[in-house]
Amino acid sequence: MELFREPKIDWLGKKWYLIGGSLVLFAAGAISVATKGGLGYGIDFRGGTLVYVKLAKQPDLDAIRAELKRQNLGEATLQRFGAAAEHEVIVGLGLKETAANEALDAGKRAILTALGALYGTSPAGKSDFNNASPQTVAEQLIATDPLRLAARGSEEAVKTYRNLAEALISFRNSPPRSGLISDFQELRSVEGATPILVEALAKDFYLSGFAVRNTEIVGPKVGADLRRQALYVTLAGLAAMLIYIWFRFELIYGVASVVAVFHDVVLTLGIFSLLNEEISLSVIAALLTLVGYSMNDTIVVFDRVRENLRLNRRESFVDLLNRSINQTLSRTVLTSGLTFLAVLSLYLFGGEVIRGFALALVIGFIIGSYSSVAIASPLAVFLQERFGKRRLGERPRVYEREAAGVRR
Amino acid sequence: METKLRGRVVVILAVIVLCVLGIVGFPRDLQKLKENVRNRIRLGLDLRGGTHLILQVQVEEAVNITSDLVLERLRDEFRAKNIPYADIQKTDSTHLILKGILQEKSEDLRGLVDEQFPDWQLSRVAGDPAARELALKPSAAAAIRAQAVQQATNTIRNRIDQLGVTEPTIAEYGRGEYELVVQLPGVDDPSRVKDIMQSTALLELKLVRDGPYASRESALAGHGGVLPPDTQLLPGKREPGGEAAGSEAWYLLNRIATVTGRDLSGAAPSKDINGRPAVSFTLTRDGAARFSRVTGENVGKQLAIVLDNRVVSAPVIQSQISDRGEITGSFTPQQAADLALILRSGALPASIKYLEERTVGPSLGADSIRHGVVASIVGLLAVMAFMLMYYRGAGINANLALVLNLLMLLAALAYFGAVLTLPGIAGVILTVGMGVDSNVLIFERIREELRLGKTVGSAVAAGFDRAFATIIDTHVTTVVSALILFTFGTGAIRGFAVTLTIGLVVNLFTSVFVSRTIFDYVLSKREKGEALSI
Repeated sequence: MELFREPKIDWLGKKWYLIGGSLVLFAAGAISVATKGGLGYGIDFRGGTLVYVKLAKQPDLDAIRAELKRQNLGEATLQRFGAAAEHEVIVGLGLKETAANEALDAGKRAILTALGALYGTSPAGKSDFNNASPQTVAEQLIATDPLRLAARGSEEAVKTYRNLAEALISFRNSPPRSGLISDFQELRSVEGATPILVEALAKDFYLSGFAVRNTEIVGPKVGADLRRQALYVTLAGLAAMLIYIWFRFELIYGVASVVAVFHDVVLTLGIFSLLNEEISLSVIAALLTLVGYSMNDTIVVFDRVRENLRLNRRESFVDLLNRSINQTLSRTVLTSGLTFLAVLSLYLFGGEVIRGFALALVIGFIIGSYSSVAIASPLAVFLQERFGKRRLGERPRVYEREAAGVRR
Repeated sequence: METKLRGRVVVILAVIVLCVLGIVGFPRDLQKLKENVRNRIRLGLDLRGGTHLILQVQVEEAVNITSDLVLERLRDEFRAKNIPYADIQKTDSTHLILKGILQEKSEDLRGLVDEQFPDWQLSRVAGDPAARELALKPSAAAAIRAQAVQQATNTIRNRIDQLGVTEPTIAEYGRGEYELVVQLPGVDDPSRVKDIMQSTALLELKLVRDGPYASRESALAGHGGVLPPDTQLLPGKREPGGEAAGSEAWYLLNRIATVTGRDLSGAAPSKDINGRPAVSFTLTRDGAARFSRVTGENVGKQLAIVLDNRVVSAPVIQSQISDRGEITGSFTPQQAADLALILRSGALPASIKYLEERTVGPSLGADSIRHGVVASIVGLLAVMAFMLMYYRGAGINANLALVLNLLMLLAALAYFGAVLTLPGIAGVILTVGMGVDSNVLIFERIREELRLGKTVGSAVAAGFDRAFATIIDTHVTTVVSALILFTFGTGAIRGFAVTLTIGLVVNLFTSVFVSRTIFDYVLSKREKGEALSI
């Protein structure tokens, strides 16, 4: 099977369409960022409190809001999350509300109190099985010893109850329950959960109507520092790449590829703003991946340019670049297509936690492949014409040096 | 088969065996195998659930304590060495101003500082010939701060270990801001752990001079508005069961403690004579000697038990006590057990402040793992199916290289004890992408060479040779930036850099060496003139 057989496309002749496309996307992203008052940073960077909860029934957002207000959390944001059938909501507090208290987790505790008032009818002295850890369950079982195991030696009893507690909790956590059971009888399907044991659990625990899936609290200092650090580290990485390409190729190739990579990151950020997606720490990891991927793509083209320069003396630089792009085109399309496939699967099947991350990769990989042709190559031609000739007359400098090397 | 080729095959097989051993060890049954994999491929908190905390050690407090101590010692030394002075003031945590120093005592003062306070720098103050400034040397201050972080790390580790959290990590966050990262796998309600970590737990036993008073004002009024020298006022609560139980009580105490938490050799939860929860402690030999002398001299007086500058209780000394004592107060059994734990693990050198708290609930962690596995397998299968379709025979070759690449990557993570996090998976994805890319580069090149009419053998050789330069360039460029990310990044960014670097190094091996070997093997088996499946 073959996709392309010696294509002859005049890529550089179409450069203004390609660059124009980038400019349009850039403008759209820039306008979006400007009108929204900056990039939409996630909690990692802006600070604040987020509590992800799963409810046993359809969430009544108004009731939750009213209850939050009663806990003096009028400023809290409330939104649905994930598939509708999952009954999940995110309760969020801004940095100001989070930092207002001496204790970092005061906001989180108030949110949990509010939810408890709505969904967790707690009978006195019982703990909530839906929010219990295996340790709590194990300790309770060891203390009450419903299976009368202590007679067979306390060590074995402790071990058995620990394993049982692990099994019960992991049953509770696996889908379709995903952290919530609504009846203790459901536990009967766990191996070793005899009627006596389940009855004992029902006596010592109760079942609230919500389970906390995830909490994040980021104080004021961390967020800003992290933002600065992510920026500096990325720039340092780009600088290091520039130096390596300068050393292996020529400065103009280094500049062209770094500009192309920078273009990819900026456009991806712009699209994120257009889609109202938040920039979280994992999105930054995705952008770093994009930097590596796009750089890889550009180097493949430039590598071919270097090789062709060595072999062909007469061809103009533009023709040579076109030919190099065409020669590597099937590889570019194949690799992008395959990595895109992998990333797309991550986006479709990877679950809610890595959705933002996978989205950044999906968008970034398309832009990254496109920029090697659309941005890096025309820029290399421009730089070559502007700076390459002036120093060395007619012939490009790379050619000169490589030719000398070959002759020797 | 040529001997050279056989040698290469042996190397590859040996690597595979080593990798499989690294991941699964020597399991006896399926259960054990699963357990081994789970122990060796360690997942980050974002994937398996748990609590992640970032906290800052308030190191300036430790510096402050040092300069306070120096101030006290200076007073004593001046008295002993007969150096008159008007006043000693602390301007900030590292600077003291001495006032009213006589000119003729200048040399004595310099000698004293050089001999007794080598960490401090003495200098004159512009505009006041009788004043001197004493500054803590920056290197000494840095040492105190570093030591405070170190001591806090040890104390916190002690406390967490005693709580029975499995596999906790406590490490410096690495931004030079005296911050620590604490990771507690499997802990989904961190409030108790956090409280225990945060208690400074500065225990002091001090003799009561006077009190209790109902308020600070009435205590001061009882002494004519001025505290007697070397005393301090500290608040507490009135003992339950007595008069005005539970209300605020202020005690006038000796400033110098008889014994402190440092003199403890052990602490355990116990019950007092009324059966209420209490904490009993034992003292080191040194502490016991002091304790027994002081209690012997002060029978009938009250001894205050002060925890973090609050009086927990102030029992009357009934008789001389030597090496053990009991802290009573209104504790729940849990509080008594926690207090005993905290006292055993020692005091924090400075208080800590939480900057970040993340808890991934176990159900979400389990979800993430399942989704991640499904997505990776679907993605990988799609890529492999396409490679087979597009390159046929050579596709098998590429797929073998790809699988080996992932195997080696996992094994490397297991051998280095690295943790696989979500950003780490990003690194794996980039690795897979570049692994596929290397093979595509080589294959496309071989096809090109075949189109130029070369024989199969020379086309394969040329394809590998030509693509090699490109592969080296793309890989080195990415490794260079990954190393930068690793050196200057923290947390998430580092996790990405680690898997990426390992992945790329492995990829050079699989795509160039392994893939080439398989090609050569296929070629060696091939009939002359037979076409290559690519």
